[in-house]
Amino acid sequence: MRVALFVACYNDALFPATGRAVVRLLERLGHQVVFPAAQTCCGQMHWSTGYRAEAAALASGFAEVFSGGGFDAVVTPSASCAAAVRRDHARIFRAAGRDAPPLPPVHELTEFLVDVLGVTDVGASFPHRVAYHPTCHATRALGAGDRPLRLLRAVRSLELAEIPAADECCGFGGTFALKNADVSVALVADKVRHIRATAADVVCAVDNSCLAHIGGALSRLRSGVRVLHLADILAGPEDGA
Amino acid sequence: MTAAPRPRLRFADAARPALADTALRRDLRDGAAAVRARRAAAVAETPDWAELRAAGRALKDRTLLNLDACLERLERAVTAAGGTVHWAVGAAEAARTVARLAGGAAVAMPAAPVLEEIGAADALAAAGSTVHRTGADAEFPAVRTAVTGVDVMVAETGAMVLLEWAGDARRCLAVPDALITVAGIEQVVPDRADLEVLLRSLPRSAGERLTPAVSVWTGVAPGDGPAAFHLVLVDNGRTRALADEIGRAALRCVGCAACLDVCPVYERTGPGPYGAPPGGPIGAVRVPLQRGVGSAATASLPFASTLCGACADVCPVEIDIPEVLVHLRGEVVDARRGRPVPTPELAVMRAAAWTMGDPQRYEAALRGGVRWARLLSRGGRIRRLPGRFGAWTDARDLPAPPARSFRVWWRDRAGAR
Ligand code: SF4
Repeated sequence: MRVALFVACYNDALFPATGRAVVRLLERLGHQVVFPAAQTCCGQMHWSTGYRAEAAALASGFAEVFSGGGFDAVVTPSASCAAAVRRDHARIFRAAGRDAPPLPPVHELTEFLVDVLGVTDVGASFPHRVAYHPTCHATRALGAGDRPLRLLRAVRSLELAEIPAADECCGFGGTFALKNADVSVALVADKVRHIRATAADVVCAVDNSCLAHIGGALSRLRSGVRVLHLADILAGPEDGA
Repeated sequence: MTAAPRPRLRFADAARPALADTALRRDLRDGAAAVRARRAAAVAETPDWAELRAAGRALKDRTLLNLDACLERLERAVTAAGGTVHWAVGAAEAARTVARLAGGAAVAMPAAPVLEEIGAADALAAAGSTVHRTGADAEFPAVRTAVTGVDVMVAETGAMVLLEWAGDARRCLAVPDALITVAGIEQVVPDRADLEVLLRSLPRSAGERLTPAVSVWTGVAPGDGPAAFHLVLVDNGRTRALADEIGRAALRCVGCAACLDVCPVYERTGPGPYGAPPGGPIGAVRVPLQRGVGSAATASLPFASTLCGACADVCPVEIDIPEVLVHLRGEVVDARRGRPVPTPELAVMRAAAWTMGDPQRYEAALRGGVRWARLLSRGGRIRRLPGRFGAWTDARDLPAPPARSFRVWWRDRAGAR
């Protein structure tokens, strides 16, 4: 398949390793990955903070980049951006009084692997104790369900740990983390307590934004627990990077 | 003179004392966990739960679409049954009406959200009525007049329906002089048959198969119960909410409180910082919808959510609360766009959108941002950010951005091939 990667702006800048992991993984599975260089941001943060006009401009930019180009699918390692495109873009265009432009299907990475490619065992090996945090956008907005867990269970030598009250929000919420910083920190404090109770070495998720939040608290506590995007685990180590 | 509760502080400021209250935090956590578990069990054994939710939503939408006709039908039915209907536009007017109808008599008044909303207790006290707040373990006071809320009103028959655990309101139905019932205008359903859906979904949504006391009262019956029945219908911004195409979904609410018990924010702060009952996700949309976003306090409520979506998952009438929250955030931002001096946030968000609007600008900003961020970092971590972003690093580190963005890596790789 010819797959267009939408890396998501914050991954581009802060977590490029996740983008590289997606490329490595999909190429290993025999697919052609293209990166439309004109892509920037899907408009999620602007929309969910109330900046409708700005979000509409970014959403139409996104549609322009990804509607042409003859891709079979668009894949993103960000559940929240996938939800923004699939659920919010229609609302953004409606609020702007415009019709939503047509797009090829946009998949979050684990949906693409399990539903479209039909694979759960991607041939990965990861000898660590790993806890999976189901992010709110993956679980509730996208309905990713147990796809990430099925992929993780197929990883060799990986020991899966279950986080108590796993489906509770980590308290990130985009600009919520700044506007209501005290409540946000109270939430992540509980999330971190639950994670540490699992004695996991690594916490993984399909949203680097939530992981940056959780990881920021784990790091401040010098907990020694690492955060990793699921793609980084599935793709395996980079050579020479 | 009356004091209908209203938010006075911004949510973030009002939340601070609640967050520091250890005992409150523990009570909220334990209480919410218990109700969540009960609710999950009650829903799990209801195989047609999804259908019940869809039916509840359809019923309320259909009612709201013809609300004026439905309310007139209700008024006719209540009047025909010997009751009197009073219409109140604002909270203060509603509270004054209740106080006038009580006429200084001592009243029994079990708690109800709408009574808190209008500030009924203060208005009654100011008019000389002694207010007995009945509670489950307290003895029922020797009074001749009572004031209650209601859960559902039936337009067809004029019946008032109330579901409760302890039966406080039920005992009010036997007062000899006057029964005064207060309701929001959205609490009506057209027909008796419509109760079927809500009488099944409402108890389960609150965590029980059945509610112990279901009371139904209609007008007056000569020689039995109160000599007079008054229904005070309260608008208090509800028609304002109804006019909002996206926000009107919030008027479907049947008051089960399920969204409060699953809300991670409410579980940490309790009802206080929301400024008016009931608080929680539904309060965060209802208050700004009914009062507007003109004050800093009401304008802060749509932002008092992580948009995690837990509330929308449980709501028995399928209110997509996060969608309404985002819509109201848009209203807040639009209201501020007109200011002569743009808010700092508007300036930042505009600049970000402008930068992202073009890949070249974006890449240049990325380079500059990375250089700047790496200057602030030590050992791959940023421990203190300046300005408003400092709210992040008060308790959380930020990873330092790698030197090479994804797009530069992609280009380098393509060049090397
Ligand atoms: S909005 Fe909340 S309180 Fe109202 S019906 Fe839905 S879950 Fe219940």
